[in-house]
Amino acid sequence: MYPAKFDYLAPESMGEALAILAERGDEVKILAGGQSLIPMMKLRLARPSTLVDINRLPDLDAIDVQNSHLRVQALARHADVVRSDVVKSENALMASAAPWVADPIVRNLGTVCGSVAHHDPEGDWASVMLALDAEVVAVSKEGHAHFHPGADGERHTGGTRVIPINQFLVDMFTTLLHPSELVAEIRVPRYERGGGNYQKLERKIGDYATVGVAAHLELDGDDRIGKAGLALTSVYASNLKVREAEDLLVGESPSDELFAEAAQIARNACDPAGDVRGSADFKRHIVDVFTRRALAESLTIAQGGAS
Amino acid sequence: MNITLVVNGTEHTADIEPRRLLVDFIRSTLKLTGTHIGCDTTSCGVCTVLLDGTPVKSCTVFAVQANGRSITTVEGLKQNGQLAPIQEAFKEHHGLQCGFCTPAMMLVGSALIAENPSPSEDDVRWAISGNLCRCTGYVNIVKSIRAAAEATSQGATS
Repeated sequence: MYPAKFDYLAPESMGEALAILAERGDEVKILAGGQSLIPMMKLRLARPSTLVDINRLPDLDAIDVQNSHLRVQALARHADVVRSDVVKSENALMASAAPWVADPIVRNLGTVCGSVAHHDPEGDWASVMLALDAEVVAVSKEGHAHFHPGADGERHTGGTRVIPINQFLVDMFTTLLHPSELVAEIRVPRYERGGGNYQKLERKIGDYATVGVAAHLELDGDDRIGKAGLALTSVYASNLKVREAEDLLVGESPSDELFAEAAQIARNACDPAGDVRGSADFKRHIVDVFTRRALAESLTIAQGGAS
Repeated sequence: MNITLVVNGTEHTADIEPRRLLVDFIRSTLKLTGTHIGCDTTSCGVCTVLLDGTPVKSCTVFAVQANGRSITTVEGLKQNGQLAPIQEAFKEHHGLQCGFCTPAMMLVGSALIAENPSPSEDDVRWAISGNLCRCTGYVNIVKSIRAAAEATSQGATS
């Protein structure tokens, strides 16, 4: 299978890349890992007339701690997250999800930022980032505050805007990203006493999730839940943040009963389609079971137990 | 577009369309047909080659992306006319039946050994989990890769 013809540009600096995006706008797709984009181009589901390969941009593959957040830059591969000691010590949910993304070879090229920018509703990272209340940093030559006025929590500085993930993800394959913008990094808030876990059911390694559940808990000084994150993969038209369950958990003392109640909310919030991977009822059941498991595992880690 | 890349230690220059897939460039332009095409949809892994030492599925990489970089295919495993330890091990331990997935399995195995000189059975199964063997000969593939790891470390210490 072959994609339609396209112009290929491989800029060597961010300035050059942003100038191309500013000039060519709508016709451009950014090539980072290409592990979703290239298959879509081969199937002619995507036909960009220009590909901007950002793999030659310098200093864009860091996974590190910056002040109050963990930074994942545009060229950090899934495999880099799997191997990262910073992720292991800083963020249990990301560490637990990374080995479940695609397969080991695809992980060598595919990127976290690319996965989030692509926003396939069956992608794992968008759920993880929703549970963690991450922020997406979009850069452009001029800045695009005026394109999407009024988005809650958005911050602008020059050509950079910082967008809360729940704002960024608009709908399946649709984000707030303007064609002249590039996702430069994702920022994940750091925490003191917390833990997280990703549960994924798949038919085989490399398959999309039949069901995925991302959970994150933080404990306050009284051992109550100070912050909770819960998001679901592959059981709704987009990655689904279950805010009602998060609100239920916050302020409470963690218990199996509480987690079962949150799982019930998640079960009711999702709307899976019955398909070759399982019936809708089966998937709802798995959402229930996985939510309880992921919350229990998150708690164990938050309490300082082994993961 | 003009690209220059090193394949199995030899530099090649070619004028290609940007949409040319790396796997087709390797097979049709360079006539290195040891790299196979299976699913053509990033699932089966038979088109795996090493890009600067890292396994990638060459049906999902454009050849222009490899400009200035280095590729190893199965034809590049042999050194000075001698089979590499991974090739000897697949031969010795019957690591193949039909042979279609074998080039990719050996490349993934050699990349694993380069990173982890003594992989456990789990490590090997994990590493090859992006590669399908439709003969389902996984037991001997795992055995072969572990034997190659052992032979490689013995070779390094003797």
